[in-house]
Amino acid sequence: MHTVIQALILGVLTGGVYALMASGQTIIFGVMKVVNLAQGALVIAGAYLSYSLFTSFGLDPFLSILVTTPALFGVGAGLQWLFLRPLREEDRAELSLLVTFAVALGIEGVLSVTYKTNYRTIQAGYADRSFTVGGYQISAVRLYAFLLSAALLGLLYLVLQRTKFGRAIRATVQNPEAAQLLGVNSRVVAAAGFGIGAATAAAAGAVYGLLYSFNSGSHYDLISRLLSIVVLGGLGSIGGSIVGALVMGVVAALVAALGPPIWSDFSFFIVLLAVLLLRPRGLFGASLRGAL
Amino acid sequence: MSRAGVIRALLFFGLLTALPFAVTEHWIVNLGVFTLIYAGLASAWNLVGGLAGYPSLGHAAFFGAGAYAEAIYFQHREAGANGLMPFLVLPIVGAGVAVLGLAVGWIAMRTRSDVFAIVTITLLFVAQTLAFNLNSLTGGSQGIGMPAAPFDVDTYERPFYLVLVLLLVVSMGVTWAALHSGVGLSLQAVAADEERARGIGVHVTGAKLLAFAVSVGIAGMIGGVWAYYVSFIYPQFAVDPLVTIGMVLMAYLGGRGTLWGPVLGAFILVPAQQYLAYQYGATQLYLIAYAAVFLLIMLLLPRGILPSLGHLLRRRRAAAGRSPDEPAQDPADHAGAGTGTVAEEMAR
Repeated sequence: MHTVIQALILGVLTGGVYALMASGQTIIFGVMKVVNLAQGALVIAGAYLSYSLFTSFGLDPFLSILVTTPALFGVGAGLQWLFLRPLREEDRAELSLLVTFAVALGIEGVLSVTYKTNYRTIQAGYADRSFTVGGYQISAVRLYAFLLSAALLGLLYLVLQRTKFGRAIRATVQNPEAAQLLGVNSRVVAAAGFGIGAATAAAAGAVYGLLYSFNSGSHYDLISRLLSIVVLGGLGSIGGSIVGALVMGVVAALVAALGPPIWSDFSFFIVLLAVLLLRPRGLFGASLRGAL
Repeated sequence: MSRAGVIRALLFFGLLTALPFAVTEHWIVNLGVFTLIYAGLASAWNLVGGLAGYPSLGHAAFFGAGAYAEAIYFQHREAGANGLMPFLVLPIVGAGVAVLGLAVGWIAMRTRSDVFAIVTITLLFVAQTLAFNLNSLTGGSQGIGMPAAPFDVDTYERPFYLVLVLLLVVSMGVTWAALHSGVGLSLQAVAADEERARGIGVHVTGAKLLAFAVSVGIAGMIGGVWAYYVSFIYPQFAVDPLVTIGMVLMAYLGGRGTLWGPVLGAFILVPAQQYLAYQYGATQLYLIAYAAVFLLIMLLLPRGILPSLGHLLRRRRAAAGRSPDEPAQDPADHAGAGTGTVAEEMAR
């Protein structure tokens, strides 16, 4: 029982970080109907940026996101403007998969040239610290990472619900034409939506670099998980992607604790296939699609 | 088949078959082998991704399944029948992979378009994890070896090359048959509007599952030839996202849904890719160059070369006074007549 609860704690904490990455993915899908295969590469780019700021200037990874999120917001908006905006609407859904995959390859190439391909980790002073609560070990980094993700998700929620810009985004998600008629500049919203998605990747990347060792090729591993999360939750639903991320974290942690660890990722894919067998639209796909 | 079509096919495959007898330089025939691998894969992918409009990103998993089936069977055996045995078992490998494809397609094809693409790419990562983790079967990251082929050193690549030409004939033959049969029409109806097609009584599920099974079966056979050719396979190369993306990109470049488009795409991109890898392979600049080529193709030729050319030709003809609506003798055979979808036919 102790092992199970310990695994549950670990799973929820890990799931929280993935929830942040996946919600960025979901916003990008929402505003543009684009499945962003470069989201993993953007997370890794964010991790490298925080790594550089930490090793060169000693800037704490949690503080470095104040620099990296605006930077990747710009990168994301730029990528959208350069490569996705020119695609014609009728074949955007399919072509965007290929275009964003090409962008992922390009980012991987730039990172490999800049940082070579050996594995890195961000070794902050508190990396090995942990708390003990009621007999359960909680790693400090994972707890901070989870809290940061929760705070950023809350912020995202406030921006979407309470600001004029957030309303414009939600309107675009629900009905792009009507939003445009009501004076929403859909091209700006699309670019900004992509930018926000990339900015969440930057924040998640700082945390990812603290938790795991990574190299330029790590984005393949990330993107497979992120895609499974958003499909499990239902494409286009932020709530769904958070639930999906938590399910993934918990399932993987439980299998790792109770069974052979090499199968922990695999088990989640099995859950995904089982859900798709019963509900092809994902957990929240039908009811929340387009509602954000 | 129109007469021009027959002549074009005979000429193409005649020249292709003659090449390894006329040229024996290893690097050229080797390039030919890899070009044929991708031409076959792109053509097979086109059955599902082009004709039926289901953008599978998981085909490399079935390529890998075929490769592992060969390697696991032959790891402790001699390549009998003068080294031809691994080729002779290909139909069995193909049938096995096709059955696997039926099971996978039955689940995956409950989803459509972008979700289908995601589910299939997820399957690709599942397959890669399996290849890494099933140590006793696949050798894990240590890889698994095939027996050395007892072919003459001077013409070592030739048998592989010829078998791949044969598989390309099969793949394009199936595509041609699909374009000229009821099944093909059903697939095009699925691509255009699946719900309406189902509504008017098209056997949607049967048609798309058949296309998927045949398509991945061919990919599996090509994987088997590849495993024998490279003689030692590792999970990261046997089940490689870049293989998936390669075949998809080639089909898009040449023109998906057309008979010749995917093959044309492979004949342009594989040599270009090998050149880039040769020039910049030592550094990772290769990846950047590849991504740049990739993006340019998508932005400049979103419909592919053959459909764009066909469009241009029709416009020329219209300008020369002929009606653009005049149907060609045989739309699917006519070099790149549109993307060959029902939607396009109706729009014209």
